[in-house]
Amino acid sequence: MITDSKSNTTPKANEVVQNVVIRFVGDSGDGMQLTGTQFSDTSAMFGNDIATFPNYPSEIRAPQGSLYGVSGFQVQIGSLDITTPGDSVDLLVAMNPAGLKTNLSALKPGQMLIVDTDSFTKKNLEKAHYDTNPLEDGSLDNYKVIEVAMTTHTKEALKEMGLDNKSVIRSKNMFALGMVYFIYDRSMDHTIEFFQKKFKKKPTIVEANTKVLKAGYFFAETMEIISTTYHVGPATMDKGVYRMINGNTATAWGLLAASQNSGFELFLGSYPITPATDILHELSKHRYFGIKTFQAEDEIAGITSSIGASFAGDLAITTTSGPGLALKGEAIGLAMMIELPLVIVNVQRGGPSTGLPTKTEQSDLLQAMYGRNGESPIIVIAASTPSNSFDFAYEACKLALEHMTPVILLTDGYIANGSAPWKIKKASDMPPITNRLVKEGENHVPYKRDEKSLARNWAIPGTPNLEHRVGGLEKDKTTGNVSQEPLNHQYQTEIRAEKVRRVQDYIPEIKSEFQEEGDLLVVGWGGTYGGLSAAVNQMNIEGYKVGHLHFNYINPLPKNTLEVLKKFKKVIVCELNAGQMVKVLQNNYPEITYSQYNKAQGLPFTTTELIDKFKQVL
Amino acid sequence: MENTPIKYTFKDFQSDQEVRWCPGCDDYVILRSIQKALPETGVKKEDVVFISGIGCSSRFPYYMDTYGMHSIHGRAAAIATGTKLANPNLSVWVASGDGDSMAIGGNHFIHVLRRNVDINYVLFNNEIYGLTKGQFSPTSLLGQKTKTSPYGNTQPPFNPGELAIGARARFFARLGGNVPKDMTQVFIEAEKFKGTSLVEILQNCVIFNDGCYTKYTDKAVKDEMQIHLEHGKPMIFGKEKNKGLILKGLKLEVVNIGENGITESDILVHDAKEPDMTLHSMLVRMEYPLATGVIRSVEEPSFGERERELVNRVTDSSRFKTVDDLFFSGETYEVK
Repeated sequence: MITDSKSNTTPKANEVVQNVVIRFVGDSGDGMQLTGTQFSDTSAMFGNDIATFPNYPSEIRAPQGSLYGVSGFQVQIGSLDITTPGDSVDLLVAMNPAGLKTNLSALKPGQMLIVDTDSFTKKNLEKAHYDTNPLEDGSLDNYKVIEVAMTTHTKEALKEMGLDNKSVIRSKNMFALGMVYFIYDRSMDHTIEFFQKKFKKKPTIVEANTKVLKAGYFFAETMEIISTTYHVGPATMDKGVYRMINGNTATAWGLLAASQNSGFELFLGSYPITPATDILHELSKHRYFGIKTFQAEDEIAGITSSIGASFAGDLAITTTSGPGLALKGEAIGLAMMIELPLVIVNVQRGGPSTGLPTKTEQSDLLQAMYGRNGESPIIVIAASTPSNSFDFAYEACKLALEHMTPVILLTDGYIANGSAPWKIKKASDMPPITNRLVKEGENHVPYKRDEKSLARNWAIPGTPNLEHRVGGLEKDKTTGNVSQEPLNHQYQTEIRAEKVRRVQDYIPEIKSEFQEEGDLLVVGWGGTYGGLSAAVNQMNIEGYKVGHLHFNYINPLPKNTLEVLKKFKKVIVCELNAGQMVKVLQNNYPEITYSQYNKAQGLPFTTTELIDKFKQVL
Repeated sequence: MENTPIKYTFKDFQSDQEVRWCPGCDDYVILRSIQKALPETGVKKEDVVFISGIGCSSRFPYYMDTYGMHSIHGRAAAIATGTKLANPNLSVWVASGDGDSMAIGGNHFIHVLRRNVDINYVLFNNEIYGLTKGQFSPTSLLGQKTKTSPYGNTQPPFNPGELAIGARARFFARLGGNVPKDMTQVFIEAEKFKGTSLVEILQNCVIFNDGCYTKYTDKAVKDEMQIHLEHGKPMIFGKEKNKGLILKGLKLEVVNIGENGITESDILVHDAKEPDMTLHSMLVRMEYPLATGVIRSVEEPSFGERERELVNRVTDSSRFKTVDDLFFSGETYEVK
């Protein structure tokens, strides 16, 4: 057992803390993502609430030791409700000087810093632009520095295994993880099992990683400088079966559930693009459900193949990120014009142009709303957490099928890659999905609409006697034949807009959290939910009357939006862009005065900066 | 119970829409030939889908009483790919021009051929942009004067057959725009072929590029200037059937049968089913005589077949029957 040697060491103090933020940083080849994920999964299984934030460069393997090649993984675990990965960190594990240089500012003064001293060579220090060695020049005096020759210890632990040098060095991340497991009172079992499963056929790798992990754990246990270990108890969470899930997987699974519940086969036409590709990866693994994943030749073929599949009666999806959404614009217009169900998932990243592919931003909102030629309103919704990406992916399919329209689902790199516990849902927990299919023998004209929703009927190829043509040219409002008649175009323009507006009658009303009325309403949308919620929570703890209003439905907006906005003296709209949702709100509700807090750094909000801003506004 | 197949006539495939191409346009010939071919294919009317992009030829779906989509410029091949993957029972047709297919839609054109999606692709090649009123296209000739090349076109053209075979087309046929009977036959063959069947029609545009194919298609010269290839038959042409093709070195050469000791047995025999594309590629590039008919027809699993084989294979071995099985698999934990 892993606790065997405990009796040999001086007992250490064990301090109970409510939450802790840990960041692992190293070279992009150092395995920091795996290390962070292992720590997160282990803590989740223990019962902590969790939020993670992987932050990595867009280069796959940037030059070793360089500042821009640093890969990091931050995780906050808590015995209380955790909605963000945390602003500043309680423990920084830096595997090299570049990681230290780029991340030290996030470490709280007085807190623990673990470094691999073996990597602090003259060459690496130069690469990280250090003139002097920070381990020697006193610049780290404000921190509790734990210097460990991790590479040496790893080599020592593996010396009898006869592995090549590269494989040995590659497992030093497990030494760091072992140490952190000890410090935070976590069992190594989950990680050992992980290696046993993952490398079933490579017992040497299992053995090496297990050895190094244990070496790190026992090293920390024996080391005098680590005088205290910390314990974060399980969080109070709803009863049920959970798993850790990131937003991209949750999105993929929401689509799967919608396909099963609606009875329509799933078709995904997509082109690889960061950070959306993982949805295509995920669905490609599950072909046995009969789903069709089609990696197309480009973004345009991704969406147009989906339009073709939708025409033939599939539940059709396309996934992309900002630049891809721009390429799909014309095709979205076609789907809107021919009124076919289609879900466009846009995992937003930093823009414009190629921008910051691996970083997060919310700057595609106006593109989603208006980025097409002509009058072409469609439904726009946004997921706000990794786990509710499941619900909104499902909702996007439901709205598309029931209202016969393209739906854009916005997520972002932050919730797509970030993980959180998900109380697993069954497909049967989700609301039923109806459709507008016309069957053989029924009357059909292409633009016959439901009186209430205005959704048109849907006759799919293969149905006898319902042959008809659709197309991008304007059509007569009843026959569906090409028509350039002025008043018909006016009518069709208006009815297409009205159809989307009426979706308001089918979506839930919106409610502010923390306060129903008060001095300040913090407004956000999409992936900033966790960050804003944490800040507003803190404001309320400090006695301020601040509410949090968070939008998942953006076009159309929930019916009662104005009512809620009016209940607060001041309104501030916080977005990771230069101010887009605020324009939508100003447009719809010009009677309200809006303050703004905008950030475009490729990073999520910090609680501290939000609180500072809120206090300024109040 | 199997219903007796309905015997259609071409009229069953005519929509109630007035055809609005210019009088004398070859598009009328193509439309009628397809309407005549479909009843011969055994395909049910409700299973037929026509998809087009933008251009004169792309109005095609409106004139067919089948399912149809007049989509956006260049994308018909990609849309058709999705339609066919979604429902393999459908008979999916693309109607597209030279600009639609090889300029704005060039990427989808080569990839649909590469994948061998089981669709029928009718390429209306008139070597000009018609609907936008006369600009040069990717098949316009060097030196050709058009509205955007008033001093002569400086962009060398694609040869669609060469491009298609380069993109691994398994079925390629070429026909003049004035041979309705041949067209009907080739369209029937195209529909029966499992894979992407590309049929290039040398379609005369009476307004912007009138007579561009006259030297090949005019009745007076047709037999001398075209060689109509048939699988298994010797490559013989000419009014008197006295000319043939032989391979000399790495080139095709026209010879006169009965001269210089050449007999019919020396003439190449057309093998459309030969997987090696060398000879087919030489045939499509040949300028005299111009090769027409089904030049290449090589059966290979279609994209859809490969996809369905994959799904069957993984479905049999899967431990997940419903999405719930997946959601609850792997590393889960219970909060009590």
